[in-house]
Amino acid sequence: MDTFIAVLSRIAKAVLTLLAIAVLNFFLLHAAPGDPAVVLAGEAGAADEQMIAQLRERFGLDQPFYVQLGKYVWGIMQFDLGYSFRQGMPVSQLIMERLPATLILTLTAFFISLGMGIWLGVAASARVGRASDSLLTTLALLFYATPLYWAALMAVLVFSVWLGWLPAFGFETVGANYTGLARVLDIAKHLVLPALTLGLFFMAVYMRMTRASMLEVSQMDFVKTAKAKGLGGAAIRRRHILRNAILPVVTLAGLQAGQLVGGAVLTETVFAWPGIGRLMFESLAARDYNTILGVFIVSAAMVILFNIITDIVYRIVDPRIGARS
Amino acid sequence: MWKRFASNIGAMVGVVLLIAVIAIAIIAPMLYPGGPWQMVQRPFLVPFTMEAYPLGTDTLGRNVAAQLAYGAQVSLLVGLVSTLVALLIGVPLGAVAGFYGGLADEGAMRFTEFFQTIPNFALAIVLVAIFQPNLTSIILAIAIVSWPPVARLVRAEVMSVRKREFVDAATLAGLSKPRILITQVLPNTVSPIIVMASLMVATAILLESSLSFLGLGDPNAMSWGYMIGAARTVIRSAWWLSFFPGVAIIITVLALNLIGEGLNDALNPHLSRKGRA
Repeated sequence: MDTFIAVLSRIAKAVLTLLAIAVLNFFLLHAAPGDPAVVLAGEAGAADEQMIAQLRERFGLDQPFYVQLGKYVWGIMQFDLGYSFRQGMPVSQLIMERLPATLILTLTAFFISLGMGIWLGVAASARVGRASDSLLTTLALLFYATPLYWAALMAVLVFSVWLGWLPAFGFETVGANYTGLARVLDIAKHLVLPALTLGLFFMAVYMRMTRASMLEVSQMDFVKTAKAKGLGGAAIRRRHILRNAILPVVTLAGLQAGQLVGGAVLTETVFAWPGIGRLMFESLAARDYNTILGVFIVSAAMVILFNIITDIVYRIVDPRIGARS
Repeated sequence: MWKRFASNIGAMVGVVLLIAVIAIAIIAPMLYPGGPWQMVQRPFLVPFTMEAYPLGTDTLGRNVAAQLAYGAQVSLLVGLVSTLVALLIGVPLGAVAGFYGGLADEGAMRFTEFFQTIPNFALAIVLVAIFQPNLTSIILAIAIVSWPPVARLVRAEVMSVRKREFVDAATLAGLSKPRILITQVLPNTVSPIIVMASLMVATAILLESSLSFLGLGDPNAMSWGYMIGAARTVIRSAWWLSFFPGVAIIITVLALNLIGEGLNDALNPHLSRKGRA
């Protein structure tokens, strides 16, 4: 019951946050230099006088400010994100078409980076002070300083251009018309480089965090007790230390979901991955502000949803959290 | 404290690297008086073939070495100024929230949480795109997405310091609340802020390079991210155009991270003994 109420209040908070972002979007549209109607129509000369007049009327730009705001926010609540004059379709439809690719990419990258990060962090903490630990920590430090998009480009250079192992761009082989398992394998092949390069930075973050957390927990009294009981090093690490050390890592991973979604803009740009990040990049050049703001609010919604899921998973994994609050 | 910092090999490597980058940024106009945009040789000159242009030329025949040197100016400037602006937002907000508590705390923290929920790179893109790409909008956008952790840190530090006895002593001495906050409490929170700031400069440099990679850089300033973005389409034929700027970014960011960690270990020795990552 407590969990239920907590989740409900969490959802209420999420809705409020989204509303606030919608208001923020509205002010940003009005802050853009120039007439909002022209801004909405895109600056590329796509709009003639008549269209701009229509837009003015539709968004009530001739009405008081608060009416405009109300109309805008009400529209977003109904998932009306406006119209992309550049692409000639509603922004919500554009985003729905592109969302699956982004979800596949970010979720794969998330699980790869979390899995590898925890595994390497545990490995490094077990060898603390030795050469292999130093090597892992140095590598993590290096990945941590590497721009995502640069790692992606270098991966293309090495694995696609020089070695020819993996495709350099796209979601699947164009014109191959694979079906069933063959298609899944084809997509998976295209997914390898984007997911790995997007995950690299976060893997470094989770690895450092896991290592630090493992070392901290291994100083605690209950670990001494386990040792005194005569348990082996590996069993203590796995059953006693890791289970306690992993909690802060999972919290951090949940909090970093936003960064992962942001990073997807860069990865999708490099790999021509047909997701909402690539859509945002394409809209930047076209100054298609409606689409840019639409992607922005949808990615914020994704992050909020992801945080709620982490929260629920967390409550299930660690019942102490529900009891404490 | 300096001794502890100086005995940290990683931190010293970071200091040396950072000094080298700063030196290059300062002497760039002397080394390459023609600026980074000047065409000097035929396009796509392969690196290490002509002594005058050791890193080759780009798609328009501009000197890559000169571009790198001028790029260092932009990276350092944006990194430093945006961090300062982020501190100017985060420190007062966190300090007031932590010191006064109650409604002020509640309001400030909701505000901070809101900004932490928004995917920060996406917000930075939106801000720069709407206010047109130039150094001011880039710096402000990066500052706006990076202040929330500062506010949280300062709030936590202030909350722990304000319960200490010397604060009670200051109250008994008749000091006003704002004065206690500024002269007694805040100076005691400086060291974690310094550590965080040095890591923030590194993150800001990465953010700036990502923005200009996407074409959201200042069109009048040569930057490393712009170089990589411009060379992206010719990666098959001219790998060095993307490779060198990336190495420059890694070196600078790594140097700042190493310094930040060194400062952290030097300022909080009780933490470093636990063998932090």
